[in-house]
Amino acid sequence: MNVAPAVPRPQAPREELESVTVRFAGDSGDGMQLTGSQFTLATALAGNDLATFPDFPAEIRAPAGTTYGVSAFQVNFGAREIRTSGDAPDVLVAMNPAALKVNLDDMCTGGLIFVDTGAFTKRNLQKATFDDNPLEDSSLAKFRIMPIDMSAQTLGAVKPYGLSNKEALRCKNMWALGLVYWLYDRDIRPSADWLRQKFAARPELADANIAAMKAGHAFGETAEMPGEISAYTVPPAKIEPGEYRAVTGTEALAWGLVVGAHLADLKLVFCSYPITPASAVLHTLANLRQHGVVTFQAEDEIAAVGAAIGASFAGSIGVTSSSGPGIALKGEAIGLAIATELPLVVINSQRAGPSTGMPTKTEQSDLYQAVYGRNGDSPMSVMAARSPGDCFEVAVEAVRLSTKHMTPVMLLSDGYIANAAEPWRIPDVTGLRRFDRMFHKEIEGFHPFIRHPETLARPWAPPGVPGLEHRIGGLERDYDSGDVSYDPANHQRMTDVRAAKVELIGRDIPPQNVELGSDSGRLAIVGWGSTFGSINRAVENLIDAGLEVAHIHLRHIWPLPPNLHTLLDSYDKVLVPEMNSGQLRTVLRAEYLVPAHGLNKVTGQPFRISEIEEAARRLLED
Amino acid sequence: MSAPKLPETLTAKDYASDQDVRWCPGCGDYAILKGVLKTLADLQVPREKTVFISGIGCAARFPYYVSTYGFHTIHGRAPTIATGAKLANPELDIWVVSGDGDALSIGGNHMLHILRRNPNMQILLFNNQIYGLTKGQYSPTSKVGTRSPSTPRGSVDSPVSAAQFALGANARFVARAIDTDQKHLPETLKRAHTHDGASFVEIFQNCIVYNDGVFSAFTERAHAADTQIHVEHGKPLIFGADRDKGLRLVPGTLDVEVVTIGDNGFTEKDVMFHDETNHWLAALLAAMEPPNFPVAVGVLYCDPATPYEANFPQNTPLGGSVTSNDDLNGMLRSGHTWTV
Repeated sequence: MNVAPAVPRPQAPREELESVTVRFAGDSGDGMQLTGSQFTLATALAGNDLATFPDFPAEIRAPAGTTYGVSAFQVNFGAREIRTSGDAPDVLVAMNPAALKVNLDDMCTGGLIFVDTGAFTKRNLQKATFDDNPLEDSSLAKFRIMPIDMSAQTLGAVKPYGLSNKEALRCKNMWALGLVYWLYDRDIRPSADWLRQKFAARPELADANIAAMKAGHAFGETAEMPGEISAYTVPPAKIEPGEYRAVTGTEALAWGLVVGAHLADLKLVFCSYPITPASAVLHTLANLRQHGVVTFQAEDEIAAVGAAIGASFAGSIGVTSSSGPGIALKGEAIGLAIATELPLVVINSQRAGPSTGMPTKTEQSDLYQAVYGRNGDSPMSVMAARSPGDCFEVAVEAVRLSTKHMTPVMLLSDGYIANAAEPWRIPDVTGLRRFDRMFHKEIEGFHPFIRHPETLARPWAPPGVPGLEHRIGGLERDYDSGDVSYDPANHQRMTDVRAAKVELIGRDIPPQNVELGSDSGRLAIVGWGSTFGSINRAVENLIDAGLEVAHIHLRHIWPLPPNLHTLLDSYDKVLVPEMNSGQLRTVLRAEYLVPAHGLNKVTGQPFRISEIEEAARRLLED
Repeated sequence: MSAPKLPETLTAKDYASDQDVRWCPGCGDYAILKGVLKTLADLQVPREKTVFISGIGCAARFPYYVSTYGFHTIHGRAPTIATGAKLANPELDIWVVSGDGDALSIGGNHMLHILRRNPNMQILLFNNQIYGLTKGQYSPTSKVGTRSPSTPRGSVDSPVSAAQFALGANARFVARAIDTDQKHLPETLKRAHTHDGASFVEIFQNCIVYNDGVFSAFTERAHAADTQIHVEHGKPLIFGADRDKGLRLVPGTLDVEVVTIGDNGFTEKDVMFHDETNHWLAALLAAMEPPNFPVAVGVLYCDPATPYEANFPQNTPLGGSVTSNDDLNGMLRSGHTWTV
């Protein structure tokens, strides 16, 4: 066995970097998601800003060693503000040949690749469809390759703990993590604490994993690394003072719902049916029952939305959550909530479609479904979150709008935001403004569809109050009495008032701002949802290069902010990058007759900053 | 003189809404509405805590005609909406009203799950073995050979038995009633209301337009006594105009047979007693059909279990958020945090 002696060698001074992108990749059983999230935590604690991109296969355990079984976790971190999970990784940790094969094309030239040579067996090379061992020919010449027998190193490090060979090998992700901790001068203690907690019932596993991590770290310090590999330091970013934590979009969304319900003084009844990538919201909320949350795993998507509507009817805030295919099933019931004008929050964690599509890959292609996807004229409010932390604020706002305006609200997230993590400044709930109490109490003159003069919202009168007994339903109702009505003129009037009611939400939302650049000029890049980071960084780069470009990012997709039309008219050109075939572009063209251009990508992967820069430059050259 | 104001006694009329009832003249639904209104008055339920929830179909218009809270929802989904309402406010007294198409076709899945979950509410299934509102197509309870606009040569689908379905779904209360039987219908509904958990009541209902007389084999007054058996807990399973017919367990089998007391040496001692907590017996009773057997009506099965909503410790009555700013600040700060 070739274990490096544990003698520190003189270290070259660490090179200072502004930002770095690291990707951990291995077999789906190798624990890459855990490795990545531990690295994320250590990086956040070191004061860097960061963004992550977990990318994993749809299968629970794809056959070991295959290219389709590769699981990866990317972290972009820096001494400056980080807005995306990074374009091309600077460092790749490849735990087997398949991981190398799948991720090679993404790497930047000169990138550093650590490979576990212990996994480069003939059989694994075959499974990864390599004809020859790439470590032994010149095919990797444009990268800096660091081959290490991590498997053997790990087995050596954990030998004292008496694990089986299989258990011992499972520690090698921690060995690799230790090595990367050394590379970027990270503190291994939080991960050691976490391992002790995770394996509290089996302390020998905790000890072995910690030993592997320390061995990886020590290897970096002591091994004779090739001259071109040195250790780095990434100084802390300038971050607004406050208390921080790392959050995924899922966590922030769940907490936002709980806090939103609290601000409305309502019980949260969350009803859902498992679907990737939306299930995690149910899992998170199921653990928050001590905060008064009721979670209901329904028998199907329709039951989930039905129960949420029933909860809202009875005076709680009903929330349902799914992904596109599940939202399709909920469509009829959402129409019922629109017709009966009940509050309801519908969360759509979008994924690649159509139909089952690619469950674990991200897309933004449910915008038409959200804005238009129901029978009849059935307008509803649609909002989109732009980043993991933003999910909190959007969820709170969805509860506010839904209860104040007595209308369903659809909240668009996506697989990328749901799983990605970023540092988040934790708000103080005490400082958040509570919503007005919304239940109707006045018996005199009550009928279920009298309207608030400003919002046009109907009164919310949950069962329990004597004298307010009433009946609602999906049949059209008379404007003046609320009774069932088939009167032609009344249907026209009710259709108009439902549309006007949703349109009025436009007055209750902030006017559209410009994120970057000036409020007029040659080109506006308009985005929504999780493309925020890529667009924002691209626009900053373009402005730095002296180009007249602005970034506008929509939170409210329906109704659109009333000032958006004028704003868009003050640019010569409009570019709409979307991870779909042009859905927001169509809406903007239809609503404003602006000749918006699209930049569209449906690969299941987020936009690279460079893709947006190139498209903008092309448009500016025309 | 100022006498203390006595609590107002509500009559069946007080439970009727101001809406015109718009079922076909002669529809069995009128009789069921009458029976339900009488039940509500007999029980003096508080109108403000009572909610009628329905799906789609003729039966589903029911909530409009009751002066409680009501929600006419979408096809087959009433159980889901009722479940959510119960989770929001466990104090609500909920009645789900559904037809055979609504409850067993489009909503079959939800009916299965609401019964196994067992929230405390009454579920009424108006079974007329036909689709009324969509104009006469066969339903999941229609007999094989039913001629309808969608089955002009007779249906070939095997029908589902509502009561057997409910027992199979682990319902803890299964009963049957007949629309026009104004003596037994309110009695059965009262038992259903008393039951703590989901109570499932199948009501044989005559559709005068599309399936008139489909149940006349056992509902016609002339022979009802010989073709129905009203089961009562602890009482012998005896029926017939002359009270001379009984149900006997065939020795050495899991089968029942009809015996005539006095014939072939059979005495009252040979007749089984009804035990509504016996699931096996309930299944045998639910499966009995004419012409060889009487139709069992009354409470076939009642064996209470903890209602669903009682298993949600956080399920407080309506009254808002139960958490505090401090709790939530703690939630947001659980795990690793750091200060910049």
